[in-house]
Amino acid sequence: MVFRKIFRRKSSKEIAKDRLKILLISDRVNCSQEMMEMIKHDIAQVISKYMKIDTQSMEIQITKTGTKGREAKNPTLYANIPILDLHT
Amino acid sequence: MCEVIVVTSGKGGVGKTTTSANVGTGLSVMGKKVALIDTDIGLRNLDVVMGLENRIVYNLVDVIEGKCRAKQALIKDKRHPNLYLLPSAQARDKTAVNPEQMKKLLDSMRQQFDYIILDCPAGIEQGFQNAIAGADRAIVVTTPEVSAIRDADRIIGLLEANDIKNMDLVINRLRFDMIKRGEMMSSADVVEILSIPLLGIVPDDENVVVSTNQGEPLVGRASLAGQAYSNICERILGREVPIMELEKGISFWTKVSGMFQKRQEVRHGV
Repeated sequence: MVFRKIFRRKSSKEIAKDRLKILLISDRVNCSQEMMEMIKHDIAQVISKYMKIDTQSMEIQITKTGTKGREAKNPTLYANIPILDLHT
Repeated sequence: MCEVIVVTSGKGGVGKTTTSANVGTGLSVMGKKVALIDTDIGLRNLDVVMGLENRIVYNLVDVIEGKCRAKQALIKDKRHPNLYLLPSAQARDKTAVNPEQMKKLLDSMRQQFDYIILDCPAGIEQGFQNAIAGADRAIVVTTPEVSAIRDADRIIGLLEANDIKNMDLVINRLRFDMIKRGEMMSSADVVEILSIPLLGIVPDDENVVVSTNQGEPLVGRASLAGQAYSNICERILGREVPIMELEKGISFWTKVSGMFQKRQEVRHGV
């Protein structure tokens, strides 16, 4: 266990890079954590009209697609919504 | 053809003024006629970094308000034949100037210079808007820290929104020993995050503090940062110069600059 912890520890540079990547995506789309929560809530409400979903473990996030240049990085909203029952 | 370059960063204290002073001085040493303009109204600093603080008569706001002509306010740097400084006003604030006035001033100066370098204030308020109003291209200065990179990203977005498409990155204060240990983002990491072209890197170098103390930019001098700024100037002029190599560079240049420092100490009788 101890070994695993040591080997798994990220360097502070990697931590900085990971934090920045996530931070800048929300900065660029001008979208706060609060707003993300609101979007998540609204999506859950709409889907719930048609099927039973697991709102507790659903996830949404904004990621970038493409790698070259700033324009190519169109942010995309991904929603991961586990369905509990298709027929309500 | 005159090119107006704004040096900006968003965050304060990352090296905008030092970069402006060294790029301006470097370009003039390379034979270009250069005007440096300090656009940080109320907090002027470029004059002290350049060592010209005792020669100020008129300032940027005086020119804009028509109290004098631009020619009268421009301070000629006696050490460099082609270098001029238009200092900012210390007793005024950023509302004394607006973007249209800046544009007009720059247009009136374009004929006489090859390069006009604008030292932008920190922040994204009116001072920033004034500074970028008449610029053809931008140099975004950042350090390899999360706060500086975040602000740089915001600045890049604002420059794009203001139709300044030509912008390059300068990464300041890199510490190669820390990068090696994985405790600091490398220039490649920063470029990957900000995705704009890299104009140059400047290693963390105590000679920068020494040169600021003396009021004399260190571009071209035998030090890591001096060499880095020369390379940046060469690239601005369109020449291809490889980005400084880390380990090799440090051992060679610290040796050279170490030699210089020792000699200076002997001369001053320390």
